[in-house]
Order: sequence, then C-alpha cells, then structure tokens
Amino acid sequence: MLIKKPADIKSSEITDKKLYVNRREFIQAATGTAVAAAATGVLGSEALLRASTPAPHGRKLEGIKKSTFSSDEKLNKWEDITTYNNYYEFGTDKDEPSMLARNFKTTPWTVTVDGECAKKGPMNLEDVLKGKTLEERIYRHRCVERWSMIIPWIGFPLSDFIKQCEPTSKAKFVEFTTLGDSKQMPGLRSPVLRWPYVEGLRMDEAMHPLTILVAGLYGEVLPNQDGAPLRLAVPWKYGFKHIKSIVKVRFVEKQPLNTWQDQAANEYGFYANVNPAVDHPRWSQATERRIGEFLMRKTLMFNGYGDQVASLYSGMDLRRNY
Amino acid sequence: MRISDRVVRFVLKPVVFLASLSPAAWLVWAGLTGNLSANPLSDLTNETGVWTLRFLCATLAITPLRRLTGWNPLIKFRRMAGLFAFFYGTLHFLTYVIADRFAGLDFPNGIVAWTTVRNLAKSVGEDIYKRPYITVGFTAWTTMVPLTATSTAGMIRRLGGKQWNQLHRLVYATGCLGVLHYWWLVKADIRRPLTYGAVVAALLAFRLIKRTGVGIRGAVSRLAWRRTTVE
Repeated sequence: MLIKKPADIKSSEITDKKLYVNRREFIQAATGTAVAAAATGVLGSEALLRASTPAPHGRKLEGIKKSTFSSDEKLNKWEDITTYNNYYEFGTDKDEPSMLARNFKTTPWTVTVDGECAKKGPMNLEDVLKGKTLEERIYRHRCVERWSMIIPWIGFPLSDFIKQCEPTSKAKFVEFTTLGDSKQMPGLRSPVLRWPYVEGLRMDEAMHPLTILVAGLYGEVLPNQDGAPLRLAVPWKYGFKHIKSIVKVRFVEKQPLNTWQDQAANEYGFYANVNPAVDHPRWSQATERRIGEFLMRKTLMFNGYGDQVASLYSGMDLRRNY
Repeated sequence: MRISDRVVRFVLKPVVFLASLSPAAWLVWAGLTGNLSANPLSDLTNETGVWTLRFLCATLAITPLRRLTGWNPLIKFRRMAGLFAFFYGTLHFLTYVIADRFAGLDFPNGIVAWTTVRNLAKSVGEDIYKRPYITVGFTAWTTMVPLTATSTAGMIRRLGGKQWNQLHRLVYATGCLGVLHYWWLVKADIRRPLTYGAVVAALLAFRLIKRTGVGIRGAVSRLAWRRTTVE
C-alpha cells in the first residue's frame, strides 16, 4: 500500500526561485520604491510649484435673464472662481481641478432620473435645459473651510426640473450623484471619500426658488473645474452641498446619506446650513475670508438668505441638525 | 568620501543655508507678484507649516544618515536644519496669528488701539485652548524654543554635553506633535500627514533600534560601525 506523506510546505508558500535568487535586488527595489514614495510625498511639490491656470473662456450663453435674487456685492474674478476649487474627483488641492479637469468630456451628457417619480429614465443634457429660462444669479458662496466668493452663476430653478419629473407623494428628498469615472477623474483612484459623490436636499429645500441647477458662469458655459455641465447651487448652505457634474437625480422617501456626512458625521451634517453660531468641531464658523480680502467678514446666518429660507427650519434645532 | 573642513565650512554650508532660505524667499516673491493661489494667506500658512515639517525631518535624519553612510561631516548641518525648522515654524505661527486671528478681530476703537492687542491675545489664547490641533501645533512650536535658545556652542558648554543631549531629545516630541497637528487639520485626504508620519516614525525607530538592541539592530549597527571605521 502506498501511503502518501503530505508535503511539509504548500507549494504556494515556496518562494519563487527567481525571486529567491534575485532577493537582494528585490529588497533593493522594494526599499527604493518606498524611499521614492516617501520622498515624493515629503518633497514633492505641493500646490505651489504647479502653475494653476484659469479656465479658458467657453461658449457664450444666450437669452440670460437678470434675477432679483442676485447680490450686488463685488464679484470675484473668473481667475479666482476657476483656479480655487474643491472638486476632489480631480484632486484634493485647490488648483488641481483647474489642471486635471481640462480634458473632461461633458458632451454627450446624460442625467438619469429615478425613484419616486413618474418620469423616470435617462435624459440628454439638452433635454434637461430645453424650455428653461437661464437666469444670472449672483450668489454668495460660503465654503465650510471659512472662505467665500461672490459668483455670477447662470442657471434655472431646480423646481422647474423637478416638476418635469413628476415626483410622487412618497418623494420626501432628492438625492444627487456626481459622475464617477475614474478614467477621467484621477481623484477617484484614491479612497479619500467614498465615491461617487452623493448629496441630497429635503423636498422643500429643493423646490425653493433660490435653489438652482447651474449650467454657466459669467455668461458662459460652466468651466469643467466648477462642475460642468450641470451642478447645484443652494446659496444658504455650505459649498459641499453644491454637488457638481450631476449624472443622477433620485427621488427618495428617506434622507440620503451625503458623502461628507458619511466621511465624518460629527463634522458635516445633512443640512449644512451656513450658521455662524454653530462651530465646525475644528474651527469657528463665525467669520470667513472673502477671497481677495485680508480682514475677515462676519458670517451671516443662512449666508444672508435668512429672510427667504429661515421659515424652512422653524422649530428645528439647528445646533443638532447642522 | 573625504571633504575638507574648509570646503564644508566655506562652500557646502553657505550653499545649504541659501537653499534652506529659498522656500521663504520664493513665498515672499510669489506673494508679492500674485503667483500664489486665490487665497494667498492660506497658502502662506500651509507652506510655512509644511516646510517646518520638512526641516524637522531633515534634522531628525542627520544622525541616521551619518550612521548609515559613515559621512561624519553631516553633523555640521544638524544645527542649521534645526534652526531652519524653528525659523519656518515661527513664520507659520506668525502667519496664523496675523492672517487667521488678527484678520478676524473686531476693531471697535480702530486698528491701532490697546483693545486690538488685548483682543488679539485673547483670540489666540482661546483658540489654542479650544482647538486640539492648534493646541498641539502650538505645543510643537513651544518645544523648539528651548532647543533654539540652547543651540549655541556656549550653551552646549554651559549645559554640558550629556544634559544638552538629553534636552535636545525634545525634538522627537516636536516631530511627533508636528505630524499630529497636520493630521488633525486635514479634512479627508490624510495621505500627506501619513507620509510625514511614516518618515518621522522611521527616523525615531532607527534610534529605538539602536538603543534597545532588538532584531535588526545587530545588522544595521554592525554595518554602520564597519562603514564608519573603514572610512
């Protein structure tokens, strides 16, 4: 009878002979890679050594209406608005989107409507824009990082689009999703956030006349680094609610989990209303630096849009619903 | 490698000194000519902070590099690297005080007034007390003060080599606190703090291994020893 003796070492555990013979080179290469990685991280140019470039000027948009919702404050420059962007899909440095979004393809573009509504399915961007009157809305834009800008958005009320989708009575919230194409968006290759980026609004916030879908800037087609071809603007909320490059709109019954809340729920909530009285755990939100100014400004409740939106939150504890 | 003391003193040191000063010079130039981002004050704060960490890493790297390469004149650059860490750390602290605290004050009696001084002190103090990453950053800077004050040859003599060495181990704490400060302030992308953390950890581990004599210690120190004696 033949009794097989089990092998002492599984073949999978035996080091490849080639690797063994070349072990010195292997160790050297591994160390070399580690050292190189560390060196790039430590010495590698951060922000400064790279030249950020303002967006090239795009096609002029026609038939833009002025709006009474516009602020009359001094506008931030095109250069500011197109080189200082938080758009993590194109890198976490402010100037990275201006360089890495340059060849981002925004045509053709499809927005998919889904969830608790009658008109579901994919829509071409042209169809989203069809029949909408574009308005110039000069809004105060307040980032959660304590800087702000005055931006002449071109867009139309989100409510116009929502009505078109015919949401059902079960639709209590709207959830938006950003494109998640790692071939075009180098930022997606690092798990900095859980991709794709998701944001949401309560139905009454979404239907509010101040809430707009943005398709342009300074009278021109929206530059890629600012969230082309279609982004959200909700001026009484912090910048991260202004989701960019929207590919999906979903009507839902339950409050969506927005990306930054998912990332750090103790720091970023669902509502994210601009509120000078409620500090970010790591910094005060009482003041802000307007880009281009030295002395800081006092941050206004609801970013100065309290008269229009405060009633949406009557009876709510804004300290808890930050 | 044989490099005469004269070359180190009159060529290498001035070159390294100027190179170390160049990031500050660049920041000043870029700031004045509008070559920073749309938020130049935030760039100044971030960059001076990052350069502080880089010089701390350089300071901590001198001894391990010297041991591994056996090139002893490296030690002559340690004080300079440490002082530049303090230099950039101080610039970082000052930018924070001016761009973050001073610029956020109210000026009820005008800018040039005693209330401004008082409010600024209060604002800085409260922030250091209230925000953990500021507390840690400020502490890190504070640890560099006695090290800078005792960096002269006269102070080394007065303290005595042993005590001086003991005091200057405080720089290990500076490195750790600096990394922690960076870590706690980033919003989501911790890759850079992580890199600095890894570098500081490796540099401190080198010392730990040397001291406690575990594991690879034998190999590393024997190698280093051989190289230093062969020279």
